[in-house]
Amino acid sequence: MSWFQKLLPPKIKRKESGDKKVVPEGLWSKCASCESVLYYSDLGNNLNVCPKCNHHNRISARVRLDLLLDPEAQYEIGAEVLPIDPLKFKDRKRYSDRLSQGKIDTSEDDSLVVMQGSVMTVPLVAAAFEFSFMGGSMGSVVGERFVRGVQVCVEQRLPFVCFAASGGARMQEGLFSLMQMAKTTAALTQLSQERIPFISVLTDPTMGGVSASFAFIGDVVIAEPNALIGFAGPRVIEQTVRQTLPEGFQRAEFLLDHGAIDMIVDRRKMREKLANLCTLLMKEPAPVS
Amino acid sequence: MKITFLDFEQPISEIETKIEELRFAQDDSALDISAEITRLQKKSLSLTNGIYAKLTPWQISQVARHPQRPYTLDYAQHLFTDFEELHGDRNFADDPAIVGGLARFDGQTVMIIGHQKGRDTKDKIYRNFGMPKPEGYRKALRLMRLAEKFEIPLLTFIDTPGAYPGIDAEERGQSEAIGRNLYVLAELKVPVICTIIGEGGSGGALAVAVGDTVQMLQYATYSVISPEGCASILWKSADKAPDAAEIMGITAHRLKTMGLIDKIINEPSGGSHRNYPLIMQSVKKSLQESLKQLQGYSTEILLQKRFERLMGYGKFKEVKVK
Repeated sequence: MSWFQKLLPPKIKRKESGDKKVVPEGLWSKCASCESVLYYSDLGNNLNVCPKCNHHNRISARVRLDLLLDPEAQYEIGAEVLPIDPLKFKDRKRYSDRLSQGKIDTSEDDSLVVMQGSVMTVPLVAAAFEFSFMGGSMGSVVGERFVRGVQVCVEQRLPFVCFAASGGARMQEGLFSLMQMAKTTAALTQLSQERIPFISVLTDPTMGGVSASFAFIGDVVIAEPNALIGFAGPRVIEQTVRQTLPEGFQRAEFLLDHGAIDMIVDRRKMREKLANLCTLLMKEPAPVS
Repeated sequence: MKITFLDFEQPISEIETKIEELRFAQDDSALDISAEITRLQKKSLSLTNGIYAKLTPWQISQVARHPQRPYTLDYAQHLFTDFEELHGDRNFADDPAIVGGLARFDGQTVMIIGHQKGRDTKDKIYRNFGMPKPEGYRKALRLMRLAEKFEIPLLTFIDTPGAYPGIDAEERGQSEAIGRNLYVLAELKVPVICTIIGEGGSGGALAVAVGDTVQMLQYATYSVISPEGCASILWKSADKAPDAAEIMGITAHRLKTMGLIDKIINEPSGGSHRNYPLIMQSVKKSLQESLKQLQGYSTEILLQKRFERLMGYGKFKEVKVK
């Protein structure tokens, strides 16, 4: 208690704990960007995009694919591929423990989910990164599932769409992870030979080894609004160049300005855009909405 | 050239200093101390062999970064004749952190591409410490396509801490530049031989390291992230770099065991910088072998083998899905 309070005790005394208003969990959410208070249900109905400021919240891989694909006839590809710990890697935590934790947190076995399905009746294969699983990092499982997705596309002549959300290569698999950059990108040469479109969608965040491999090799490269996209992380760059980074640096709009991507697409328009682009590239009639 | 000794080489350094002193003394003394010099030289060699026989991965990464280690242009000068350096990406600039050009190898035309580090401070800054920007990768891309057009084998030399993490590099699309090279190397219709001569630093290295044969010098390193970077992210302390180097498996020996590289080229005792002629000879021999083997394949088989090899990377398990 300060000397002033001793001198003049406050007239209104705050009661000790126990009097806080209890807010029911999971009803409200505060927008990370504009700080508007929103109903979770409103946010959910709006594909996790803030109805006030259009901030695109991160969403899980399964929710992403659910929102994208037509409800009927979805088949998962590559679920049989599961991670192992080839280096017996241990830093402050074991890699195997991080994998188990990731599974508890996300109910996924690794950070890429691949589905065959259709978008507005346009058949395709879509892959989505699960950022909450070890930062969406790319290890052997991600590489293999990606390739199996591409193979289905080649066999059945289907367009391939990938939603990236990743911090980069998975350090815990050492050079095996680095090689996934070469593996995933090389797989795309098969699509090109068969003239099958690959559309790459960059979502928040797409960095490092994922950004510097297949992500920019799309026949069309799309980004979600305000997504952070780049090779090196902003902190690393700041430490290297010892300058403050310009406003909006490495954001989707910045990339569009610099000619690095084709377009920015609002999540609520994603289905239409992808269906249209795929049919245009495949020289097929426009999808029926 | 006076050899720079690394921390763990201090015992060797002491003997070498002594040898120098004796040599100096011998010049103006009537006494013959050459026997003593020879004895010390033998001792120095056995000490070097002893230390180098059990280097830790962290020590190996110090050797890989040794300031006197031969760089791409040294190989260009010693392994080839008629080297013509080609510059620029035709879009923005010439990046001195990547060099490339045409040359003759045993009389046969080849294309060379490699990272280039600098020797002295000025040169290091000029070469941006061997960290390429997008224009460097795009110059490499241009030379790859040129090699393909004239059906010239491509030999790459890898030695970089990584691609440059800077504002300008991001603005010009560092990610796209690296990704594009990975793509093009996967389908380039000429033999590609990649030699990791020093530091194989992450995506910045891989962008010129996808090929039909990947060979590595004995004391070179190749990793997904630098030991320091890994330590500061996972251990929250760069001091743990030696632990990170150990566990990531960054040495030629480990990578060969894991099937991620094809060949190890042995280095002279004490590292390549101790004996340029010897390492040049070893690299040359290895390149000759690989080139001969790869030129025996048709383009179709070559590309098929390369593709299968790329698709084979990775360790995972497979289960039956209900």
